[in-house]
Amino acid sequence: MSVFLDILASVGMWEAVLRIATPLILGTLGVLLCERVGVLNLGIEGIMTFGAMIGWLTVYSGGDLWTGMLVAALGGAMFGFLHALLTVPLGLSQHVTGLGITLFASSFSYYVFRLAVPTASSPPTVEPFRPLEIPLFADIPFLGPVLFNQTAPTYLALVMVALLAWVLYRTPLGLAIRMAGENPHAVDAQGIDPIWLRIGTIMAGSALMGMGGAFLTLAAFNSFFPTMIQGRGWICVALVVFASWRPARALLGALLFAFFDAYQLRLQTVVEGVPYQLFLMLPYVLSIVALILMARRARVPQALMQPYRRGER
Amino acid sequence: MRFERRDHPSRLLTVLAPIGAILAALVVAGLLIAIAGANPIRAYGLILKGAFGSRLGLSETLTRATPLILTGLAAAVAFRARLWNIGGEGQLYLGALAAPALGMIPIMASLPAPITILLCLAVGAIAGMILLLIPLGLRLRFGVDEVVTTLLLNFVAVLFVSLMIEGAMKDPLAFGWPQSVPVPDSAILPKLMERTRLHAGLLIALAMSVAVWWLQARTVFGMRARAAGLNPRAAAFAGVPLGRTLIAVACLSGGLAGLAGAIEVMGVKGYVTTDLSPSYGYSGIVIAMLANLNPIGVIGAALFSAVMFVGADSMSRALSIPSYIADVTVALSLLTMLVAIFLAQYRIRR
Repeated sequence: MSVFLDILASVGMWEAVLRIATPLILGTLGVLLCERVGVLNLGIEGIMTFGAMIGWLTVYSGGDLWTGMLVAALGGAMFGFLHALLTVPLGLSQHVTGLGITLFASSFSYYVFRLAVPTASSPPTVEPFRPLEIPLFADIPFLGPVLFNQTAPTYLALVMVALLAWVLYRTPLGLAIRMAGENPHAVDAQGIDPIWLRIGTIMAGSALMGMGGAFLTLAAFNSFFPTMIQGRGWICVALVVFASWRPARALLGALLFAFFDAYQLRLQTVVEGVPYQLFLMLPYVLSIVALILMARRARVPQALMQPYRRGER
Repeated sequence: MRFERRDHPSRLLTVLAPIGAILAALVVAGLLIAIAGANPIRAYGLILKGAFGSRLGLSETLTRATPLILTGLAAAVAFRARLWNIGGEGQLYLGALAAPALGMIPIMASLPAPITILLCLAVGAIAGMILLLIPLGLRLRFGVDEVVTTLLLNFVAVLFVSLMIEGAMKDPLAFGWPQSVPVPDSAILPKLMERTRLHAGLLIALAMSVAVWWLQARTVFGMRARAAGLNPRAAAFAGVPLGRTLIAVACLSGGLAGLAGAIEVMGVKGYVTTDLSPSYGYSGIVIAMLANLNPIGVIGAALFSAVMFVGADSMSRALSIPSYIADVTVALSLLTMLVAIFLAQYRIRR
């Protein structure tokens, strides 16, 4: 029994929770923003892949780390714009368009990666973000290293949660975004064009997804390789349902999820006789369980997946 | 600028849509080839030559098209009933695993070949069905959206395959490589061409296309599935049993994807590894959309994808363009197809 508790008492475990949670927080916030404005964005898996690739490539070709994050955000916004263009003014199926964006963005990323790095048996690496110690706070026993010795993008992700919650619930823009997800006709009646509001919000959400991907190659690891996103994007889509479309709960969901992931990684090394694949299945199974728990209780934005055309009901 | 629905979308436009979509995708991919420093016309010439230019190339293209037809059908039948089965990849892997698993039962070795083949195909299809019935059950019982659950189950399925081929189903003669025990010799599908990999699975896939077309166009089940997709509320009022219809659709869709896996193992590989499928399941979604969900059209769309994948392999060796260009083109053609269908249905007014 004590091994299980030993893991929980270790600083490394809790440090890892925040690290594993960061891309999930950014991705979940991105999906949340898109869905709050009324559009499902299944492009996330591909947008995260592209962010991971282009962020890494920027740094690999001499850019600094923050330029890499910025380029990843812009790349994400670009694919978000494509998704928005197809789903908002044209009103195409959000399911199929999103999957198309994922397939396109990920294969495009692999294509560009192979062009830039044609022959390499082991993927080349960059110098990733170093943990940024926050003076004084980092000296607090246990909590210090866990909370105040993370990389800068992790702090940024946490700030983003607060910022997004503030924008959504405390500003006119946030009210318009939420209204567009519930009843776009009402937004139009207020003199705001729901089409452009949706396009802009989807781009912002997709930029967050791109940064989530870039965190993987610029902070969590230091190289890019195909299929490295491993369904994290889909997990984010599930987490948004779990969070009932609220930013603070999205943070909670991502942390809870990352906790189980960090725990299973450490259990793998101490528990013998259980195949490692069962541990690896855990994140996906947990996401499904989260969906089952919340499916009926969650308050879905009423206009989610309904295209808006002026003059049509 | 606004869009206005055409009262009678012309047949011509509907037929031209996929052709226009593929051309548009080829133009964009051609730009990417040009940026990489090669001549796109030459690259496409080499792709066609690689896919059709030789007996071997042609046989490879048809071999590659076989699972794609089946996963394309799997997506098409599900999407028509608005059952978003994105889990074709996982269903294919479980179907693939089922064939050698059945072969591990001692009595299988003594059965005549046709019976072994039929049994292996059947368990493959059933394995695929089961994996899709889980998310459908969650949708019907708890209201869980099946898009995300089928996507997540793909990862679970591949991990399960990995678990089995490193554990209970590991081939002891594979020098430690993680691969499953081989399917019984009597379950190997006969070859269609000497000294190539082309096998009888292609005929099964073609027969399935016709069978699915018949089911959809000529039976009550087909009509109900279509009605459930177009307008579930109206269908329910008209007496269509929605739950039962969706379960039947799921059995058909999951079964087809599982069949794709079983056939791939029995026709090409002979054993299961975790790189059995270069995302046949996901390509199936593109193929279904390119075919406008028409089961006969799926054959043509699957051929297009197979030509791109097989041709790009040989083109990339000659021009040093990454063969991922095939994936890019196929994915792009999904997006352009969506726009093309839209343009066939709407007119643009200023």
